[in-house]
Amino acid sequence: MTMSQQAAPAVTSPPASGPKERDGRTAQRSLVLRLLARPEVGVFLGAVAVFVFFFAMAPTFRSGSAMATVLYQSSTIGIMALPVALLMIGGEFDLSAGVAVITSALTASMVSFQLTMNVWVGVIVALVVSLAVGAFNGWMMVRTGLPSFLVTLGTFLGLQGINLAVTKLITGNVATDDISDMDGFDQAKAVFSSSFTVGGVQFKVTVLWWLFFAALATWVLLRTKYGNWIFAVGGNKDSARAVGVPVKFTKISLFMLVGFGAWFVGMHQLFAFNTVQSGEGVGQELIYIAAAVIGGCLLTGGYGSAIGPVFGAFMFGMVSQGIVYAGWNPDWFKAFLGVMLLGATLINLWVQKSATRR
Amino acid sequence: MTTADTGKNNDQATAADGTPVVELRGTGKSYGNIRALHGVDLAVHPGKATCVLGDNGAGKSTLIKIISGLHQHTEGEFLVDGEAVRFSTPREALDRGIATVYQDLATVPLMPVWRNFFLGSEMTKGPWPVRRLDIARMKKTADEELRNMGIVLDDLEQPIGTLSGGQRQCVAIARAVYFGARVLILDEPTAALGVKQSGVVLKYIAAARDRGLGVIFITHNPHHAYMVGDHFNVLRLGTLELSADRSEVSLEELTNHMAGGAELAALKHELAQVRGVDVEELPEAKDLQAPMAASSEGNS
Repeated sequence: MTMSQQAAPAVTSPPASGPKERDGRTAQRSLVLRLLARPEVGVFLGAVAVFVFFFAMAPTFRSGSAMATVLYQSSTIGIMALPVALLMIGGEFDLSAGVAVITSALTASMVSFQLTMNVWVGVIVALVVSLAVGAFNGWMMVRTGLPSFLVTLGTFLGLQGINLAVTKLITGNVATDDISDMDGFDQAKAVFSSSFTVGGVQFKVTVLWWLFFAALATWVLLRTKYGNWIFAVGGNKDSARAVGVPVKFTKISLFMLVGFGAWFVGMHQLFAFNTVQSGEGVGQELIYIAAAVIGGCLLTGGYGSAIGPVFGAFMFGMVSQGIVYAGWNPDWFKAFLGVMLLGATLINLWVQKSATRR
Repeated sequence: MTTADTGKNNDQATAADGTPVVELRGTGKSYGNIRALHGVDLAVHPGKATCVLGDNGAGKSTLIKIISGLHQHTEGEFLVDGEAVRFSTPREALDRGIATVYQDLATVPLMPVWRNFFLGSEMTKGPWPVRRLDIARMKKTADEELRNMGIVLDDLEQPIGTLSGGQRQCVAIARAVYFGARVLILDEPTAALGVKQSGVVLKYIAAARDRGLGVIFITHNPHHAYMVGDHFNVLRLGTLELSADRSEVSLEELTNHMAGGAELAALKHELAQVRGVDVEELPEAKDLQAPMAASSEGNS
């Protein structure tokens, strides 16, 4: 649609002839075209389209409580999609993100229950474990030079097995014991899984956390040194290293950021449901990655935003709930996802091409 | 370039007067059992352009990788300001004022021009928890610096990948000059460029040299080298074949060294035997000069 206009400045620029003259060769692109080149605008339009679609198709979708459910659903994906997106901009994947959430929740639950301690002890131990898993992924990747796909695939399988085996070993069951009557539970629930009411509609606190983390991630990405480094290590690792960017530190810390996200979502699940099913989380990592890709993050790194994945996760929430509200077979959800993912990837590819074309 | 920075550069230049800023003494590098570089002597003085010439595989890249801190030498000495050093990261070399403009990995294509300009040395403001990029100041400085080098860009927000090769090269040189580089290493800056763009880049090299920087200019084009060079080193198979001041060598001799005069005579003889090529029309070794240089141009 906008291909020809996008290409225009590049095509019309001859080799640098007289650099002294006022460079009038690049025609100013219209505002619409410049906006379309932003990573998050495509997904924003997509989200609006999905919203309008379900608003028209499903009457129950229009209620406030339905929107609260959609937002809650989106937030649990969205909180994880943010660090996954930052990692992707930094040029790496984390396939272990889904099961790492469960690992974190299991750790917190079992540590506090088995040792009969305040749940906050479990929460802190889980944070340490989650950050350690992230650091291990990053360190292995930096140290061995293996693709992050392989390293985290190993961690994914490893954690999946450990989750099940250790839980069975300790509790004799596939789920952890209910911790709702333990010290500090109410406090922790207030932080990770409380609700608040706005205009008679009850919202989950995770929605606020999601938006807070998104704002923070945007600020870090666009306004700090560290954000600059994330783009640089994803865009061209060797260039970044050559101009003095600490590439290893940036990559390892990004993996640890994913660990932090896994911890947060894990704590939410624990304090929302009181127990944890040890076999859960498998497949979630692909949902996070898909949300980041739909949100305009380039799979190969170096390009993307933190706002894009927010809309990406919101789209997921709307589609998964909207299908239910519309009274359709929920199996259609995955089909929808596939189409969205392919469309988003094609748009990304085109953006990258038009951005680097000379 | 701001006045403050010019002053800094001049101080450094005079302080290092006499002793070379960068000196190699019998330096070599082996990768396993492959000796890529052996017994190379090289001295870089402030305000002088030292050219390193050589064919593909002569060891030019290994040489700059040692000086820029990407690799470490395995034999000989590497001195900065007369002091033996061994860099483990490019950051250390940068901190000693050695900046490298790479042929292929100078920039991150998808990032805006101004972000590339300050990458790795970003300007910040504010106390730690809210320390943030000083975007206005960075954009202003980048624009000023680029204008000083004669590069005028409409939009500093455009990804640097959209600039032409020569423009990107110039941005990289302007960046190195701005960050107070005392030694500027240029890795075949003109290899992928057209005639006009090469001219622009050569002009910036001369400008950087005249500002008191020591320039190491890696190229395989003797014509480009002779335009800006004060000292010429020709590498062949990892060793120094020629090391001569501008006064001691003519463009013809330099070209001949690059073209490998004697080897070409032998090649001519072989060709005559194998294919029955009409060798009478091929030039003799002694007048193998300008034509050879023209043919060696443009490949990297």
